[in-house]
Amino acid sequence: MSPKYQPVIGLEVHAVLETRSKMFCDCPVVDSTHEQPNVAVCPVCAGMPGMLPVVNRSAVDYALRVALALNCEIHNTSIFARKSYFYPDLPKGFQISQYEQPLATKGWVMVETTEGEQRVGIRRVHMEEDTGKLTHVVKDGQRYSLVDLNRSGVPLLEIVTEPELHSVEAARNCAYTLRSILRYLGVNSGNLEKGLLRIEPNISNRPLGILEFATRVEIKNLNSFRSLERAVSYELARQEALVEKGGVVKQQTLGWDDTRGTTVPQRSKEYAEDYRYLPEPDLPPLVVDPAWVEATRAALPELPHAKRRRFIQDYGLSGYDAGVLVAERETAEFFEAVVMAAKVADAKQTANWITGNLFGLMNEAGTSVTDLLFGPADLAKLLDLVATGELNPAGARQVLAELFAKGGKPAQIVKKHGLKQVSDAKLLRNWVAKALDGNPEQVADYAAGNQPVFNWLFGQVMQTSKGKANPNRLRAELERQLAERSPEGGIR
Amino acid sequence: MSELHSLNVASALKGLRSGAFSSRELTAAYLQRIEQLNPRLNVFLYVAADSALKAATAADKKLSKSRKTKAKLPPLLGLPIAIKDVLTVAGIPATAGSRILEGFVPSYNATSVQRLLDAGAVILGKTNTDEFAMGSSTENSAYGVVRNPWDEERVPGGSSGGSAAAVAAGLAPVALGTDTGGSVRQPAALCGLTGLKTTYGRVSRYGLIAFGSSLDTVGILARSAQDAAILLNVMAGYDPLDATTLESKAPKVKLDGKATVKGLKIGVPKEYFIEGVQAEVAKGVREAIAHLEGLGAQVREISLPHTEYALPVYYIIAPAEASANLARFDGVRYGLRVEDQNLIDMFSRTRGQGFGPEVKRRLMIGTYALSAGYYDAYYGQAQKVRTLIRRDFEQAFEQVDLIAAPATPSTAFRIGAHTGNPLEMYLEDVFTLPASLAGVPGLSLPAGFDHQGLPLSLQLLGPHFSEERLLQVGHAYQQITDWHTMLPMDLLKA
Repeated sequence: MSPKYQPVIGLEVHAVLETRSKMFCDCPVVDSTHEQPNVAVCPVCAGMPGMLPVVNRSAVDYALRVALALNCEIHNTSIFARKSYFYPDLPKGFQISQYEQPLATKGWVMVETTEGEQRVGIRRVHMEEDTGKLTHVVKDGQRYSLVDLNRSGVPLLEIVTEPELHSVEAARNCAYTLRSILRYLGVNSGNLEKGLLRIEPNISNRPLGILEFATRVEIKNLNSFRSLERAVSYELARQEALVEKGGVVKQQTLGWDDTRGTTVPQRSKEYAEDYRYLPEPDLPPLVVDPAWVEATRAALPELPHAKRRRFIQDYGLSGYDAGVLVAERETAEFFEAVVMAAKVADAKQTANWITGNLFGLMNEAGTSVTDLLFGPADLAKLLDLVATGELNPAGARQVLAELFAKGGKPAQIVKKHGLKQVSDAKLLRNWVAKALDGNPEQVADYAAGNQPVFNWLFGQVMQTSKGKANPNRLRAELERQLAERSPEGGIR
Repeated sequence: MSELHSLNVASALKGLRSGAFSSRELTAAYLQRIEQLNPRLNVFLYVAADSALKAATAADKKLSKSRKTKAKLPPLLGLPIAIKDVLTVAGIPATAGSRILEGFVPSYNATSVQRLLDAGAVILGKTNTDEFAMGSSTENSAYGVVRNPWDEERVPGGSSGGSAAAVAAGLAPVALGTDTGGSVRQPAALCGLTGLKTTYGRVSRYGLIAFGSSLDTVGILARSAQDAAILLNVMAGYDPLDATTLESKAPKVKLDGKATVKGLKIGVPKEYFIEGVQAEVAKGVREAIAHLEGLGAQVREISLPHTEYALPVYYIIAPAEASANLARFDGVRYGLRVEDQNLIDMFSRTRGQGFGPEVKRRLMIGTYALSAGYYDAYYGQAQKVRTLIRRDFEQAFEQVDLIAAPATPSTAFRIGAHTGNPLEMYLEDVFTLPASLAGVPGLSLPAGFDHQGLPLSLQLLGPHFSEERLLQVGHAYQQITDWHTMLPMDLLKA
């Protein structure tokens, strides 16, 4: 970014609260990207005449968890309001939301950036209902739209941050942190692609040294963190170029075209700017009594930020490793379970194996910790075998690959493939002698000062041992024999 | 024995239990009378003859069986009843008096209807109403005006005019109405009936096609306080489908004849005897109050100082809520759809053709009142004044047990008398609106006739959830008067 401007970014996040039933009726919450249209619909969420909303207590409970995790002030009495506009995916002609008295306000969240930790303000957290979904089709030359109300009335949580993010990285990390928190709380699976989590940044650029905010734009329909980053970068650059040319940024809602990599003005959904908010007369004020708040607070899990801090402190992990491990609650819990079960292997080694080899396998397969065919105790056993020298790293990787692919017990896999590390001095001596006898040129090269040849020779012996040789002992034996054969008695 | 169609609920139930007549006979008698008189009165929008006879036959089986086994029977078993067409009955068209709902058949029963059905009632059909219950004469129905059985050139009142006329003309022994600003009490008054508006929150609104959600209540149009009590006992109480209902267990109203009027403090608000009230109407109310005094009530004048603001407050709050409630009628999912080139034009044409002029007027008022920049001045201010009106009642009920007042400024007026001037029509509800804004219950009681033979009425108002007392006083009054037993003679001869 140009040093002339400071990016000012806020996030508006809509998270589906993945409760069993909808916000105001008994209909189940289904995956509206997969389910047949209009299978989870009743007269209430279809906006039939005479139907009334009734608040789903469990949605309030979910919302409360998030509000507390974001350190918000909880309003013991909040008010639902009707937000009116006409659109075919909105069956009642209004969306029940919260407006003047939301569930919670004035919170904050800690966000990591390369420049350190930043406390980002949360302006408000409120509940509302989702709309249905339109599919536009052309058939026999006729253009028309189909309405699917499976999503209509699904509980949504809206989280609005203060415009306190000043870089693409900060915006992305804030979004990621919020997602992580939602997942930790078990209220949202964090899927952007399916629209379960929708992140809408508002973006402006202000000249450095100016306190006032410049005109902002909002970007909708970002279905990945990658597109979030790209869209914010693009928009900051576009606004800067526009202003530099003497242009004026227009306040508007933009969409993101991922293929072309540009923002595009959105076809306006609201034909009136005026939502004519009205306190929802069908619902009494929502009362969340202090006992409910305290019980929810007490039941909150350890959140990623606190967990990360603890991992650094208790396990001596690097900030980076700790961050990677706590990003997903399941990974963090898996890590801790391995550490608990391991008798010899230490936490740092465990972290390395998980973030390195195991993540590699999971990325390749596109799976996550919850899909693993083995438990933390199995990985602990494997790492113990490495730590005690019974298994060398190469063998251990082979065992891990098999655990990952088929499951099983590490000791049995080691036995089955004869992977137990060989530390027997006589055997090592013979293998090394054989390798050196068979490669006199390389031995001579080494003696002449070509050090990398050492590794090649090491590899030869390892191959002979089928990877089972204890690498440290092998290294020592190889060094010893090479020195013996060196005219100058070794070149160290 | 009087003819079947002139029975009240209490005696009809008695006859059914004793076997004096069957539910099928009773139902058939009403259906026959509907067939005969509905073309003249335009009371029913839909007559459910087949399903009614079927239900009556089923009820008869249970009735005859129980006469042998002495099994306990549902309280309304075999009783025919009419339902205002803003309450949904599964499988029966619901129009709310509007073209925009043409062809709409709900799949669900309103809770009030469901409870009547569970109690064994037989539904005769759906009664005419002002479109979306917006009106005081049923002249705003898209399906034509209802005739007042006492004088067919006059309106029956509204919006529950169809239900009132049905009971007055003997087309049903009792009917459900709804009261948002007077829509049960006013037509009851104009048709010589006992009309109960319930406390807001006492009877579920689930299945009531909403007009003003914070004001809408389900009410009863009956021939006596006792009949109203019988139906209220069946319908009242908490409903998990309506978050604004109260009382997990509604107390049953008992009318034991030993009325509790003695020593009762009745307040008469001076603001309800103003210029514009017909002299005969005021006189009728004074005479009825004198009767209550005769029963031992202590009557005193009180003041409800914010009464004059009820009308403007109501005509902001109710239309504002209506403007949101009626947004769902967009032609997308049910009812009328007028196709056009694009979405907005389809919405506009559907709503333009589907709604009548009074509904449009109120939707525009409501939309305006909620618009950005106007909200505080209109809706916000109206809510504040509504609180003052509610406080008027709270303070009054610290001094008195009940309030007695006229229900309407005039007796039934001629069809067309006010249609040219909406404000004149709005003034018809000036004495019923304050109680609606306060959410308190009210009861209209027949109190004689004017010189033209049109019914006069007394309105009693009580604190929240005081239906039992209201009905007890009404019952006591009906023990010493016989206005409520009178029926329009012309129609009796018909």
